[in-house]
Amino acid sequence: MAASANVIEVDSERIDLKNRPLAALLAWLLPGAGHFYQGRYTKGSLYLVCILTTWIIGFALGGGHVVYASWQPGDKRWHYFLQAGVGAAALPALLQGNQMRRMTVDGVTSPGYEPMWGGFMAPPNRPVIEDRTDEVSAWYATYGAGYEMGTWYTMIAGLLNILVIYDAYAGPLAVPISGRKKKDAEESPGNGGSGRSASESGGGGSDPPGEAEAVGSAAQT
Amino acid sequence: MISISPTYLMYYVPLIISISLVFGATRHENTQLILKHAFYTARWITGFMLIIFAVLVVFNWLI
Repeated sequence: MAASANVIEVDSERIDLKNRPLAALLAWLLPGAGHFYQGRYTKGSLYLVCILTTWIIGFALGGGHVVYASWQPGDKRWHYFLQAGVGAAALPALLQGNQMRRMTVDGVTSPGYEPMWGGFMAPPNRPVIEDRTDEVSAWYATYGAGYEMGTWYTMIAGLLNILVIYDAYAGPLAVPISGRKKKDAEESPGNGGSGRSASESGGGGSDPPGEAEAVGSAAQT
Repeated sequence: MISISPTYLMYYVPLIISISLVFGATRHENTQLILKHAFYTARWITGFMLIIFAVLVVFNWLI
């Protein structure tokens, strides 16, 4: 019953999650791709448009310099860990970061360094020292608040895609219940309080979508 | 009272739309329910931010 273990029912709609790890991988590589693979075209399109639009707006606000991979003193770009959630769109930064790493000697960029692809997602030239004039401060000066906002936009896009990856792997998250609805739920034995109306038709209770019998999600919202 | 340009508030619009829709879609499969959840999420976030804004304005006025 391995195949049916991947079939769940949410909002009275049956979903075949198919190969979950593959769907999750596709969802990471391209927002919505995992859902297209599962035949969930509406949600896939929604994710693709929303997340990539957020990403592109952020990228443009920061003049194309907000996404880069760097872990140097004075320029530990932790933001990239969140930005990388958007998948393939952030991967060029890793190649650029590696190129910069190889061309950096004693913390200073080699004069012969030429970034690939016209500097697309390339890290700033070394050294980057906080409170000193360098390439990062020039980007801040040029793009102003747009640089900061662009960084946030791209980070949020990456974070949102992590939710999408989960959705592709295990189906929609549970909807919390509270207040009067919670009281109603307590009166209904077997209500797990989830937005899901039911789970697998063929068992597989240990799998992520496996949940207790629940009432229809329309009553939850 | 506000030291930044009000046009900066426009940054909020695409973010709230995107976050609300994705948030709703990760909790439902039905389009109507997704939109309903997205509306509630957008309303909640906006209300929360307005409360924070009001608190900051009051503090600004007091100091």
